[in-house]
Amino acid sequence: MKTEDMLKALTEAPGISGSEEDVAHLLRNYFARLTDEAFIDKFNNVIGIKKGTSSAGKVMMAAHIDQIGFLVHTFEEGGFIRIAPIGGHDPRVLPGQSVIIYGKEIIRGVIGTTPPHLQKSGDTGKVTALEELYVDTGLKEEDVKARLRIGDPVLFDNVCTRMAGGYYSAAAMDNRAGVLVLLETLRILKGLKHQWDVYMVGTVQEEVGTRGGALTAYEIKPDVGIAIDVTFGDFPGIPDRQTSKLGGGGAVAVGPNFHPQLTERLIALAQDWEIPFQKEFNPRPGGTDAVSMQIAARGVPMVQVSIPLRYMHTTVETLDLQDIRRAGRLLALFAAHIDEIHGEVVG
Amino acid sequence: MIHILEKFSNAIGVSGNEDEIRALIEETIKDHVESVSVDFMGNLYAVKPTKAKNAPHVLLVAHMDEVGLMVTGTESNGLLRFSPVGGVDSRLLVSKRILLGKERVPGVIGAKPIHLQDRNEWKSPLPLSALYIDIGASDEKEASAKVPLGTFGTFQTVFESQRDVVLGKAFDDRAGCSLLTELLMTEDDEEYPVHITAVFTVQEEVGLRGASILAERVRPDYCIAFEGTTAGDVPRGPSESPSTEMRKGPALSFMDRTAIGSDKLIDHFSQTAKIKNIPYQYKKTVSGGTDIGVIHMKGGIPSLVLSVPVRYIHAPKGILAVEDYKNAICLAKEALMNFKEVL
Amino acid sequence: MKTLIKKVVETFGPSGREDSIREIIKKEIEPFVDSLAVDTMGNLHAVKKGAGARVMVAAHMDEIGFVVTHIDKMGFLRISPVGGVAPVRCLYQRVLLDNGVKGVIGVEPVKNNNEIDFSKLYVDIGAKDEDEARSLAGEGRFGAFLNEMTELNDLIAAKSLDDRIGCVVAIEAARRLKKSPNEIHFVFTVQEEVGLRGARAAAFRIEPELGIALDVTGTGDTPESAKMPMKLRNGVAIKIKDSSLLVPKKVKEFFMAVAERNKIRHQPEILTFGGTDAGAINLSKSGILAGCLSIPTRYIHSVSETASLSDIEETVKLLVKILECDVKKELALE
Repeated sequence: MKTEDMLKALTEAPGISGSEEDVAHLLRNYFARLTDEAFIDKFNNVIGIKKGTSSAGKVMMAAHIDQIGFLVHTFEEGGFIRIAPIGGHDPRVLPGQSVIIYGKEIIRGVIGTTPPHLQKSGDTGKVTALEELYVDTGLKEEDVKARLRIGDPVLFDNVCTRMAGGYYSAAAMDNRAGVLVLLETLRILKGLKHQWDVYMVGTVQEEVGTRGGALTAYEIKPDVGIAIDVTFGDFPGIPDRQTSKLGGGGAVAVGPNFHPQLTERLIALAQDWEIPFQKEFNPRPGGTDAVSMQIAARGVPMVQVSIPLRYMHTTVETLDLQDIRRAGRLLALFAAHIDEIHGEVVG
Repeated sequence: MIHILEKFSNAIGVSGNEDEIRALIEETIKDHVESVSVDFMGNLYAVKPTKAKNAPHVLLVAHMDEVGLMVTGTESNGLLRFSPVGGVDSRLLVSKRILLGKERVPGVIGAKPIHLQDRNEWKSPLPLSALYIDIGASDEKEASAKVPLGTFGTFQTVFESQRDVVLGKAFDDRAGCSLLTELLMTEDDEEYPVHITAVFTVQEEVGLRGASILAERVRPDYCIAFEGTTAGDVPRGPSESPSTEMRKGPALSFMDRTAIGSDKLIDHFSQTAKIKNIPYQYKKTVSGGTDIGVIHMKGGIPSLVLSVPVRYIHAPKGILAVEDYKNAICLAKEALMNFKEVL
Repeated sequence: MKTLIKKVVETFGPSGREDSIREIIKKEIEPFVDSLAVDTMGNLHAVKKGAGARVMVAAHMDEIGFVVTHIDKMGFLRISPVGGVAPVRCLYQRVLLDNGVKGVIGVEPVKNNNEIDFSKLYVDIGAKDEDEARSLAGEGRFGAFLNEMTELNDLIAAKSLDDRIGCVVAIEAARRLKKSPNEIHFVFTVQEEVGLRGARAAAFRIEPELGIALDVTGTGDTPESAKMPMKLRNGVAIKIKDSSLLVPKKVKEFFMAVAERNKIRHQPEILTFGGTDAGAINLSKSGILAGCLSIPTRYIHSVSETASLSDIEETVKLLVKILECDVKKELALE
């Protein structure tokens, strides 16, 4: 299957934090073709194990499979639906969005807006708070209630679109892009020899507090951990130092969350193999799985590679597919050499 | 019946750029009318005469154009600057997919991630100056080769049916266009007792511009506009009017910002509705304007607006009830078929 | 059950000072369980033996309160909150310190209520001066609010329904539960109000296969209240989410199915803030399936928390029916 097609399938599969079943099954099937063992745990974390020649150590690569969204919160007279957020939303992104509600059947709706004709003066200067927004399915109240329950997931309607210059745009690129890096790594790793066992993990509930990463790292207890996520792509109005360039390669994270020497060796590997990469600086522990994996059980030395992504947590998250390919290649090489690197710098 | 609305809704036609939708409408109606023609502004005329003697001449209008965007600048990093065309609330543009030009080049309007915002940043709407269209071009040259300045853009929205409603873009006024199209597609044994000139107008959303030249070109006795109008039967404050309500039938306007509806026509339409048992409602606000605003004043042409209630017009996706749409067709047809009897 | 509720809610026990309440619960539950133990953090473990799944039922014993940080020159105690205490809800309340001394909370003059914070509050214990105050109550004393339980029609109003009502539900369920295939650990946890700490420690020890927290939840049924689906008198609330937990589908559906089967009045709970012991249990070690049964309660974290007796009864019923099930089979655990 082509990388582009997997990106489309992964971004369009529903998987709100806490209900990741669909995307988990899709990923398990992908893993099954590329690993020795692939399964889903009781929380929907997806684990693929590719055995190494010596199995002397374990490297765990984690990318979260969950995405932000909403839950049906209350039903209002007339069949309108109030929603509760899952993950971090900018309320300004929401009005007029098409959404899909995963109830007893799939129901489509829009987040309601007031047309200019009916607005009061001064309205255009206001932001409608999330609690004041509602989803309208157009259906009668009884039809809504017969099909939907409080707690049903509400996701943005999502179409992965190919843009000019090898860019792709979709919701849930955060972090299906990272998931695709896992698959790309596995694809390249097939042609390489590696000593250690490689644990590929699609983690759940990252968007509500990096929970899946904590639990799977505790279970697997890897010798080295790699978090793969997305990072802020360059965009006017944001200082360059806070962003990474689309097309500039994976962003290797530097900061207290990450093992300095392992990170140096990862960078050296990229330089040796002439794989484009960039650095990003996280002076504080950030909001990725690395944060909880680093301190799971007896602790895990971490590195992190992120895919530059514009417009994070909107419905039009945009990236350069080339960055995913490069990150996959770099991480495959890292996994193939991890036994020596670990021996030299962690011990 | 709905498939015409579907085709019309999915077609592109931002004000001043109505070629695609016009071609589609022309293709759909041409076998059902005596003649079609297009004027220099792009208004599409269809003539459907009657054999009846001394029949009144009725002008039926619906506007083809929709609100959208126009590309007005290119940045060195390949991002596009743009301006709204028609009444677009710029708060609705963030995080939307856009199709640009005839080739439908995909673009997205992004925004700064919530993670990088200051504490209170999200409390103020994003101004247009903070918005860009990203087509994936890496520099100015690549961007303007793909999307030259002046290219029009619309929301990337695909029509959908869901039980008794449909969802899609540009129901203002593709609902009116398809309704008018249905009126023109009469059976062989049907004939209106009036002489009809149907005009699908351009540039309504930028100031009723296409319709401004109609009255003098057509010289009708009456004018009826078909619209998709604001349905505000959504959660709102206790003192706020719903404007129109879904599933309560087509709406007759007694007054809006641009015209007061002819009381004789309102009587005729409401009487027809009662006789034929067709639900109808009045539009309960005086906001907005329509093509009849610039037509009725040309000598005083009795005019009326008949609308299909649509939730979320001028937004990426609207919702309308199929029954309202069908009832609007039914009422318009009955009222026209029985026109002579009343007036 | 009303007498038990009154006794349990009126007992002193802010986070970190749960000894008195623990003694009372110990006596109440002793006849209905096989063993009792107190762990190093102060959690009370009451175990009903069984061959099946280990199930941890958690209700927290602690309540919100305050700690005395210093004593001013006039003999007034200056305090900091223990748990989520809104300063404005403290005004002129009667309080009890952990050594039995009583006091009332006063406030320095302010222009408007927004200015009230803990630096403006003090506890008046009737001391003449700093020395007398110090002899009655030193720095580091913990305190909690005083209030008697009151019946309001079919509702009850009291301090610390959060979460003494959960404790009562657990005791009552232990009493009614005659037979269960599971090994049930009723754990009365400490320090929930300061970060789910007792439950975290207890879950780490027990490693249960299922965790069930019993706690209160907010409601959307008072004038101009935040929009929430929960209402008093609509039955036990089965949690879907809060800030600490997204209840796994199989747990949520198991609870709902048991409620349906036994015709127990229930409602879904979605909370956009707050957390319970279930969140801590869920994230223990490599993860534990956990859910929460909640009692809809108005005015949480005030001295007049208000709940419906019928909801409490439905919660007990549902807990008993859940515990009667073979949890291993219901959750398809290997």
